[in-house]
Amino acid sequence: MIEFLNRLFGRQTSGATAKERLRLVLMSDHLSLAPELVEAMKRDLVDVISRYVEVDRDKIDVHFENQENVVAMLANIPITGVNRNAGREQTPAVPVMEQAAQTPQAAQAPAAPPRPRPRRRRKKNAAATAS
Amino acid sequence: MHVLEQPFDDADHEQSAPRSEPAPVKLGRAIVITSGKGGVGKTTTTANLGTALARRGHTVALVDADVGLRNLDIVMGLESRVKYHVLDVLEEKATIDEALVRDKHSPTLVLLAAAQAREKDEVDTRKMVELVHSLRERFDYVLIDCPAGIEKGFQNAVAGAQEAIVVCTPEVSAVRDVDRVVGLLGNAFSPQLIINRMRAQLVKKGKMLSVEDVNGILRLPLLGVIAEEPDVIVSTNRGEPLALRTDSQTAAAYHAIAARVDGEDVPAPAVEYKESFITKLGSLFGGRRNS
Repeated sequence: MIEFLNRLFGRQTSGATAKERLRLVLMSDHLSLAPELVEAMKRDLVDVISRYVEVDRDKIDVHFENQENVVAMLANIPITGVNRNAGREQTPAVPVMEQAAQTPQAAQAPAAPPRPRPRRRRKKNAAATAS
Repeated sequence: MHVLEQPFDDADHEQSAPRSEPAPVKLGRAIVITSGKGGVGKTTTTANLGTALARRGHTVALVDADVGLRNLDIVMGLESRVKYHVLDVLEEKATIDEALVRDKHSPTLVLLAAAQAREKDEVDTRKMVELVHSLRERFDYVLIDCPAGIEKGFQNAVAGAQEAIVVCTPEVSAVRDVDRVVGLLGNAFSPQLIINRMRAQLVKKGKMLSVEDVNGILRLPLLGVIAEEPDVIVSTNRGEPLALRTDSQTAAAYHAIAARVDGEDVPAPAVEYKESFITKLGSLFGGRRNS
């Protein structure tokens, strides 16, 4: 009932605020406490992007920022060129991580490759319940 | 914490008994009560859980590992009986028997007080492990009251234990610290959770994290929930653990926790969010203002 009224008037209870703050703070705690996980994610992320564009792997900057209602992943990935086979390249069956050492190259795509699914990579956050 | 693996390697312990014939001693359970954050009720929990376990007929030793800030003796009302402390035992200035203080109320409950005028860094972790081990040979339960923080004092308190109970209050900072401590404990110690200072009325009004909110994040086996009630404060004032009383709901909650620790299948702790008609009216008309 109270919660309903609060929602009606667009207000969040302090308990809900606490829950939201806790969720965010733990998320960034866990990210900062698991650097190897972040590194692996960064690598995978760059691998995916490399299928479409050529990137400068040495100048990549990926970090996390606590914003108002989300923990945002901010990636600055300098692009040095366009991959000519972009979009026609098929996702390899082997884990993308194994490609890390290779230069982004165009593997000849077989007939009728499935369209790569669009992936939201930029922001990793659950539903923000801002008022 | 590799010291755990070889707690008895020094020669003076191995004089009589050769390794091939270990004495058939049934070891008690050493449980550390920890939280990371200070002021969430570790000491009160230790005192009451110890009292409740003793009431169940177990022999229990309470060890105050908060060297420099000794408090467990106060909560137990035993401050005037303490002659020697844990560092006296570790430094062999007193025997364990000289240092153990018998509880006023429970004949099977003893306390080993912390040193007040010393520092946590002075505790030798390996000797602490040995001490806890020798207490396990004599008591069914050894409850170790851990200091706040995650530094040397925490390491020493945890080193001798096999299990952990983490105490958390429904606050963002307390949950965060418990999350960190549980991460530090790793896969060992099978931590279980006690949520302390719960105020059902505030939860009902959406002004406090609920049990579900807290444990939805921590995801630990829940031993019990202790409400914030005036009788907890009164019993601390008097130095008589609340678990001694039979007329208190909070005391009953401690006994249920003790039963659960003891392996009894007590139904999951229910938290009542009861509200009187007046508060309902009040929150209907004015509740939004300062929620």
